[in-house]
Amino acid sequence: MSPAAIVACALIVSLVLYALGAGADFGGGVWDLFASGPRAARQRETITHAIGPIWEANHVWLILAVVLLFSCFPSAFAAVGTALHIPITVLLVGIVLRGSAFAFRSYGLEPGEAQARWGRVFALASLVSPLMLGVTLGAIASGSLTIDPVTRLVRTDFISAWCAAFPFAVGFLALALFAYLAAVYLTLETEDADLRGDFRRRALVAWEAAALVGILALVLARKGAPAIYAGLLGRPWLLAGNTLVSIAALQALARRRYPAARVLAALQVAATVAGWGLAQYPALVPPDLTITNAAAPEPVLRAVLGALLAGAVLLLPALFYLFRVFKGGRSMPIESMRKHVPEHVDPLF
Amino acid sequence: MSDLLAARSQMAVSLAFHIVFAVAGIAMPVLMAIAEGLWLIRGGPVHLELARRWARGTAILFAVGAVSGTVLSFELGLLWPRFMAFAGPIIGMPFSLEGFAFFLEATFLGIYLYGWERVPRVAHWLAGVGVAVSGAASGLFVLTANSWMNHPAGFRLVAGRVVDVSPWAAMFHAGWPVECVHMMLAAYLCLGFAVAAIHARELLRGGRNLFHERALSIALVVGGVAAVLQPVSGDASAKLAARTQPAKLAAMEGQFRSQPFAPLRLGGLPDEASGRTRGAIEIPGALSWLAYGDPRATVRGIEDWPRDERPPVAVVHVAFQIMVGSGVTLLALALAALSRRRRLFESRGLLRALSILGWLGFVALEAGWTVTEVGRQPWIVYRIVRTADSVTPMPNLIAPFLLFTGLYVFLGAIVFVLLRRHVFASPRMPA
Repeated sequence: MSPAAIVACALIVSLVLYALGAGADFGGGVWDLFASGPRAARQRETITHAIGPIWEANHVWLILAVVLLFSCFPSAFAAVGTALHIPITVLLVGIVLRGSAFAFRSYGLEPGEAQARWGRVFALASLVSPLMLGVTLGAIASGSLTIDPVTRLVRTDFISAWCAAFPFAVGFLALALFAYLAAVYLTLETEDADLRGDFRRRALVAWEAAALVGILALVLARKGAPAIYAGLLGRPWLLAGNTLVSIAALQALARRRYPAARVLAALQVAATVAGWGLAQYPALVPPDLTITNAAAPEPVLRAVLGALLAGAVLLLPALFYLFRVFKGGRSMPIESMRKHVPEHVDPLF
Repeated sequence: MSDLLAARSQMAVSLAFHIVFAVAGIAMPVLMAIAEGLWLIRGGPVHLELARRWARGTAILFAVGAVSGTVLSFELGLLWPRFMAFAGPIIGMPFSLEGFAFFLEATFLGIYLYGWERVPRVAHWLAGVGVAVSGAASGLFVLTANSWMNHPAGFRLVAGRVVDVSPWAAMFHAGWPVECVHMMLAAYLCLGFAVAAIHARELLRGGRNLFHERALSIALVVGGVAAVLQPVSGDASAKLAARTQPAKLAAMEGQFRSQPFAPLRLGGLPDEASGRTRGAIEIPGALSWLAYGDPRATVRGIEDWPRDERPPVAVVHVAFQIMVGSGVTLLALALAALSRRRRLFESRGLLRALSILGWLGFVALEAGWTVTEVGRQPWIVYRIVRTADSVTPMPNLIAPFLLFTGLYVFLGAIVFVLLRRHVFASPRMPA
């Protein structure tokens, strides 16, 4: 495997991990927006406690993906940044508002006061960001970012590449998958059977939505993203494997086997993201930029791979500790969490 | 407004906003870890409460810093795609390392904020130290990449193409130690004094209060040590500029014509039309001596460069004066506080001065950033790539500029109010 291909794998791995972590955090925001019924407040509380300790670490996978893209495939980064300026800008506004609103609500405010307003901002931004992330990735996959062979710059009118049916189908697919993932994870964040039931129902609805939008995206891909379509048809095991895992996840959910459902749902989302990567391999930004012709000089690739390895050695133990502390048990009842949140004020003076 | 100016303005606003939170993300954890360390050694409720309050502050500031930093990493491609196509591979290395350092910081912060009673005390404190160390590392990596724009190295240009890229040589270029130390000290300096300003204000309003006194002491030690070291680092930075970026030095000093015995100008306003700096107090020979260690040395004036290779002299000179003036004021404050020791808390005059002038650190920070970035113009990579040649072909860039400006003004105001009301205010007393 060439160094460029290894970096491309690392890029897809960080996008997969971003989807599995931050994707579910965005999905949590979606369920905050659609919290309903007699347990709406407790649904929101469970979501907040589930996201709190980990969302910032989850977020960094996106930064890592961007950095890998611009260090190792600079022409691809330039092309994407130029042609998809508008959806990326909206995505960024969403990311900024989601993170800030969550922080304001969780650490800045006394209970009650203005919390609801920031909660609403957090929830709406959690809806917009996955949509725009999906639109951006869908536009890349659609193969409409062509490169002028003379100027080596992307040919673009800044709009038509993303303002089309296929990118938006991918946007809604990302939204549905993230919401689905979040609902499945959330079944394990509470001991309360009723709350679990709430999240299970939401997971089932989101599964159906994801399946519908997924099929729609596939149909649209025939015209809207021919390279992906051909890639998927040429590798039928990709679609078959994805379908199999999805149905297994649905079964586990239906039978209330939540730990198994969590693993299978994560696999399902990972398979979707990685499947996109495989379907368009070796193209990076189809049709013109490939892993080979967009790659930075080899010494750079080797140095970045070294940095990845060294960074992983330092990072993984800390990340493992974080997840063991907060996600280690099968579940983390909110009632026992509450006494761990430092909000009391000592009678000091 | 031209698209180039809009792009530059958006970048300036994004950086000016992010730098405040980046600095807080580097220095707040130090305060927080010191407070918790003192609590581990001495016990008692005050230091614990301080650590918890400062942790809440860190959480808010870090979150906004993380998202505004994400915006910047994308903006490099949204606004300057041709710069990134050129520079991405050369400076990608420190950015990758920064990614990991930032990752570690976020991970440790998660453990710290939510782990108060879930992990052992010492592990919790170590997580806080981990936040501080990885925050500093992340700052250092970004700074090596940024200072590379002043000191491009680690590649060769052959017929307009980049060859022989050496990521390590690019990262450890001639200027990195000097520029990194200066900015890291600035981080501790301006955050230490800003926190001191907030707690000094609370002491003035509410009278003696152990919570604010301890807070003020810790913040002043961190800010004060940095304030004492910063002039040394500043001198090294100016000497470096004299050697490697003489046009920037000329702009900083309002030096239009080359001359030996060049004077150091305090204040004054450069007038580019007439080629003179008016209204400055001039100390003859001092600039030659400071820059080259010899009062007879010739300092090059900005008129040595063709017009299209000069940075805007007035902006750079004024920003430089503001930075130095603010730094000197803070140094004086630090020394005054040191001379009073514990009597500081009774000295209302000094507390008042601290509560107002403590904020000068952030003024110095933004001014210093202006000096280094505007002083590099018209180049985005010094003497290799022009800023104007790097901008995106995207039209109507004024729209995203206004969008992000509005967003950041709004968020900045919210953060300020939240911190004042809920983090730094006096702890509630039991009824």
